[in-house]
Amino acid sequence: MSWLGVFSQLLALVTALLLAPLLTGWINQCRALLQNKSAPGLLQPYRMLHKLFNKESVMAEHASPLYRTAPYLIFSCMLLACAIVPTLSTDLPLSPAADAIALVGLFALARVFLSLAAMDVGTAFGSLGARREMLVGFLAEPALLMVLFCASMITRSTSLTTMVETLAHRELAIYPSLLLAGVAFVMVSLAENARVPVDNPDTHLELTMIHEALILEYSARHLALLEWAASLKLFAYSCIGLALFFPWGVADANAPLVLLLALPVLVIKLAIGGVVLALIETLSAKMRIFRVPEFLGTAFLVAVIGLLVNVLLGAG
Amino acid sequence: MIKFAPQLINLFATLILLLSFAMISQRRIVSLINLFMMQGVALVITSFLLGYATHQPDLYVSGGLTLVLKVIFIPWMLHRMIRKLNVRWDIETLFNVPTTMLVGIALVIFSFSLALPVSRLSSSLAGGSLGIALSCVMLSFLMLITRSKAVPQVIGFLSMENGLIFAATAVTNGMPMIVEFGIALDVLVGVLILGVFMFQIREKFDTLDIHHLETLKED
Repeated sequence: MSWLGVFSQLLALVTALLLAPLLTGWINQCRALLQNKSAPGLLQPYRMLHKLFNKESVMAEHASPLYRTAPYLIFSCMLLACAIVPTLSTDLPLSPAADAIALVGLFALARVFLSLAAMDVGTAFGSLGARREMLVGFLAEPALLMVLFCASMITRSTSLTTMVETLAHRELAIYPSLLLAGVAFVMVSLAENARVPVDNPDTHLELTMIHEALILEYSARHLALLEWAASLKLFAYSCIGLALFFPWGVADANAPLVLLLALPVLVIKLAIGGVVLALIETLSAKMRIFRVPEFLGTAFLVAVIGLLVNVLLGAG
Repeated sequence: MIKFAPQLINLFATLILLLSFAMISQRRIVSLINLFMMQGVALVITSFLLGYATHQPDLYVSGGLTLVLKVIFIPWMLHRMIRKLNVRWDIETLFNVPTTMLVGIALVIFSFSLALPVSRLSSSLAGGSLGIALSCVMLSFLMLITRSKAVPQVIGFLSMENGLIFAATAVTNGMPMIVEFGIALDVLVGVLILGVFMFQIREKFDTLDIHHLETLKED
């Protein structure tokens, strides 16, 4: 472990913390513009966080300690996820802590605690949201694993940093299996981040909501942490996608100077990704909750075909 | 460009497979026709790429034929037909899409394992994609079995033909021109006749559901 490694790790963490709300703001702005609405400011999520952190927290009367600790736990899970995804550099001292499979487990841990906390205070909306979240989660997880395995089969490693290093530094080749994995990944991330075909991030108090139903009872700093964690999750997912399918411009241990260039490249890639996400959300209609298993089943099957194609066509 | 040709061909082959799966799970008839058109486009690009990479002008003709017939003419005719039959916005009730997809996966695994030893013997540039072509044919079969309306059945039949053409192109770098023209003519006439059939079925039963054809007598 070198000082440069520690530095790039810290830089990655700070970047994730600062850029994640900005990414959410950017997507909201793009979506509002595409839908002919007047857009909220780009910095709106930061103002929101600032406002929430300064408010007094109100708790349900019978809330257990689990309810109090869950936001901190979820936030740290997402932060750790952001730390092990190679966003700027592949020289990350924390990356041996978790490989691709453990990353999926990390998301699952956050999901379990979010659902438990939602059920803890015993409101109808909370347990409804928790059940739906678990329904989405248990279908999305295997699909995400299959997507990651597709990349693992090409790079022969499950460590995210090794995967990105191998993908970024091979000679240019087109992998059909990565095309399929990419399609599956987009579907999974739409579902996991509560985006439009599966859930609507805009709604409050609607019977179809999932994510908002889970955090309905939270207020003030707890809510701020959960909102921040949601942006961090979106950021982590975007970075996994960019790292696996567009890995150019990520620095490694041998070329630390690329780190200077990596940040602008990342911002540009995220901006383009945000526009694409806003476009998908605008073009698609929200589906019935009972169609979601079908949607995620398709994602899983597409990823499995990706694996099969990889076997059929060899590693190139 | 030549260097990337095999990879690009594999990429478009994968796209054809992906579109086959999309067709299985698509409920709207209009979208089904559009998906079929996209599959045609991917097939045309594959033919052109293979022709370019192996310097065989035959494949350009074959690709052009596919372009005119399956990307322009047949989709246009199908669109016109569903407008006339007034089923343009029809949504077919598919039962259990996930199960169908799982069967589809099983078919893909079967055809991949079947094609792997064969494609090792093939010296063709895109020999590896024989498995994909075979699974496209299988998936179209599956679509023919699971669909109950007439228009999706026709599209399934046409998509099967896409898979066959792709198999021939991938393994042997294209069939003799005369066979190619013969198949194209067959498909064209087939679609025209099936179109007439559809109008007749509608006339007789007031619906395009082909389950009505299973009984011999009306009682």
